[in-house]
Formats: sequence, C-alpha cells, structure tokens
Amino acid sequence: MAEQKTVAATGNTVVAEAMRQCKPDVVAAYPITPQTTIVEEYAGFVAKGRVHTEYVTVESEHSAMSACIGASAAGARVMTATASQGLALMWEELHIASGMRLPIVMANANRALSAPINIHCDHGDAMGARDAGWIMYFAESAQEAYDNTIMALKVAEDPSVLLPAMSCLDGFITTHSIDRVDVLDDESVAGFVGEYEPANALLDTDDPVSHGAFAGLGGPFFEFKRAQREAMEAARPVITSVGEAYSQLSGRPFDVIETFGMEDAEVAAVVIGSASGNARHIARQLRAQGVKAGVVKVRVFRPFPYAELAEALRGVKAVAVLDRAESFGAEGGPLFLEVRSALYDASDRIPVVSYIYGLGGSDVRLELMERMFADLSDIAAGSAQPGKLVYLGAR
Amino acid sequence: MAKWDIETIGEWDWRQFPLGAVIPESGNSRDYVTGGWRSERPVRDKETCTQCLLCWISCPDSAIYVEDEQLPDESFNLAHCKGCGICANVCPVEAITMVPEGCDLPEVK
Repeated sequence: MAEQKTVAATGNTVVAEAMRQCKPDVVAAYPITPQTTIVEEYAGFVAKGRVHTEYVTVESEHSAMSACIGASAAGARVMTATASQGLALMWEELHIASGMRLPIVMANANRALSAPINIHCDHGDAMGARDAGWIMYFAESAQEAYDNTIMALKVAEDPSVLLPAMSCLDGFITTHSIDRVDVLDDESVAGFVGEYEPANALLDTDDPVSHGAFAGLGGPFFEFKRAQREAMEAARPVITSVGEAYSQLSGRPFDVIETFGMEDAEVAAVVIGSASGNARHIARQLRAQGVKAGVVKVRVFRPFPYAELAEALRGVKAVAVLDRAESFGAEGGPLFLEVRSALYDASDRIPVVSYIYGLGGSDVRLELMERMFADLSDIAAGSAQPGKLVYLGAR
Repeated sequence: MAKWDIETIGEWDWRQFPLGAVIPESGNSRDYVTGGWRSERPVRDKETCTQCLLCWISCPDSAIYVEDEQLPDESFNLAHCKGCGICANVCPVEAITMVPEGCDLPEVK
C-alpha cells in the first residue's frame, strides 16, 4: 500500500489534486458552478509552476471540449471538468470525443439543468449524456471522486478501451463540502497511471494520420459504432482490474456496485451518488429493528453493471430505484429503466418502483428514505401493490 | 507505415477499420473519388486558352493536369473535379465554360 496523507478538503479540491497527480499535458476548461473551484485550483497549479500542463482558457464549454479533442488527437493526455449547462453545451463534442476514441477524462459536478434556473445537485446533466459513449463513474463522497478520477484515466487510456471517461460528483453536496480524504503521494499516482502512449497522434510526423474522416452513406459509420460498443464492453474487465490494482495501492475496496445488507435483504434501494449514505443509514436502523433492508450503490453507470445488479438483487421481494434525474414520458428515471431491464431475465419477478428524488438539490431527508423503505415493506408483505412512479418528497 | 491497402474495404467488418476512423497514412486523397458531387463540369476552349495556368494555380482540388508547363488536351481530372467553377471564374480570356452535367456535352477535347 502506498503512503497516504489524510486531508480535510472539498470534493473539488481533491479532484483538482487527482488531476495534478495524473499530469495531463493539456487542460482546456471553462468555469461553471459548481465545478468552478476545480479549474480555479488547477489554474493555481499552473500559475505556481506545479504542473507542466498547457492550460487553455476558452470562451465556452463547446470550445473547451473542442480544444480537448484537438489536443487529444494530437497525442496529449487531456483532462477537463464541467457541470450542468456546460456539459449540455458540450453535447456534440461528447459524441465526437468518443467516436474518435479519444481518452479524455472529465470531472462533472452534477447540477440540475435549467429551466427554472438552479445551480444545485441532480443527475439530469450526466444522465442526458448517458448515450454519448463515455465511461461514467459516480462518486458518493470526495474520497470516491478522487479515486474515481484516477481510475477513470487508467481505464480510458487502456489500449483495449480508448474511450473518454466522466468522473461525476454531486454538485455542492460533494463538490463543496469539506470531507475527510486520504490522498496518495504523487509518485504512486504517477506510477499507477503510467505514461500515455497515444494510438494515433497527429503530431507523430513519422506516422502521419488524418483524424475526423467522413464515413457517410455507404461508408463504414455503422461499423465504427459497432467498434465503439465493443470497446465499451471491453471496458468492463478493465474497470474491474484497474479497480483491483487501485485497491491494492490505496487499501480502499472498489466495485462497480457497492452493496449493504444485500446478503439477506428482502427490500432494497438502488441509488447513485451522495444520497447513498442516507439510504444506508436508514437501512442500518431498519436492520436493527429486524427489517431485512439493503442498499445497492451504483458506482459505474456506463458500462452499466446489469449482471452485477441482477445478482445483487436476486431473492429481494421489493426494489426501489432512486433517480436524481427525470426521463419525462418514460416509465421511470434513467437508473430505474436500467435496473428493471437488468432484472428482466431473472427467474423471479421482482416488483420495482421508480422514485424520483432530490431534483435541483431538493433535500433528501432521512424521513424520505424511511418512507421509501416502508413502502417497500408493504409491497414485500403483499399489503400494497407497487405503485406508479413516486416523486419522493415533492410537495 | 506500410501503404494502406483499401482494395477490399467494401468487405471489411468492424474489426478491420482503423481505430476512431483515422486514416492511417498521408497523401491518399486521390484514392477517394469525389467527382460524383459535381453538377457542372468545366469545358475548355483550346483555341481561346492562352496557357496562362491561372486555372491550374487556382483549382482547390488540384484537379487540373499540367504536362511540360502546358495544359494537355485532357486537362481536367474529372474523377476529382467537384465543379466549383473557380477555374472558369479566374480565366482572364473566358476560355472555360461550366456546362451542366446530364446535358448533352460537347466533346471534351
């Protein structure tokens, strides 16, 4: 295990620290609440000469991701960060980065999308980008945001993967709260992520290549998308092996899902991000009262861990899927759709209820978690039918 | 890098295409025939032409041939000419006419 320093820091501070330790050649970013302090801290590293990064200040997130794509195609290790409207403004470039197979790593400080305007946490921004071909990690805590960012880089740059990766942390709740974090030493991180060997660098004049070719009607566009799907599948074992190697280094366990009480759970909640703690807290209280409650936290959303979820939820009598994002017109939130689909092939027909919670930073109070688990117990006991989608805590 | 052999590209499956749609060599744009985009083709009147070569210098697709510092009889590379008409526009003696494709064309001489 590597030597570590325990610090009190915000999620954004330790994400900036993870970026510094990964030694990106280029960071092109535009500040947006609640991501701003990541790029501020990083600009500070540049100003103080602590990094050799080419820091590109741009006029928008559209330009930020464009500059990242250009730099990555040139052969650079590239990292950036954004949030909410910024991520939305990057939409077309997100697809270009993944289609060009550029392993850019981006932190995303999860924040609601307008309108009405709101700067607080939900996952609507990231879930809007779920089909953009990026690997997606979600953090519960500042510690996980730090760890995920380092692992994401190692996975993205793996020659069998070569896909961009997003490291998501909850806006304000995780980005701005001071948390206890164990930080690795610089040499350990540098050794862990290694040197980046670009596959097709534009600046490699001995081996000239063209990026951004046309693959139109009758061309191989369809085949390139197939290759992207295979790369996302190839990322699964890499995410696991990188997670194991990182666990060895840090002493912190990693899995694409994290379970609590699932060995005998009869009622279970599936959740992403900072609300996991409240879910676990209530599950722990319920277990003390004899209720077999469990929690499954999803730490990697793309590629989606459907086999792991189906396995974790086997034998459960009622499941709540908590979505901090909407998918208007769908039967439930984005995570609900994934989880219920993951359970389709299970031999038991498990009732699954979609709970939408915490949009725009709406408080996820403990009594809401209690209410959700009480609903599940009623469904598991057969005294209630699984209802339609629930807006948990909305007036 | 060895010459990129795209002879059988029509039969390739997804595993055979280069990563991220890169073209893994330089100088191969002549292999990509783009003349099919053209809606008008340039036709040169050899009697009027003064061989000033302004058309050759101005062609954005390098689709005008020059041999021994002269335009040969077959002076346009119609596999790559996209019919932009710049050659006709810059010609100081109006020796080049843009003729709609699909119409009866005068013999290209």
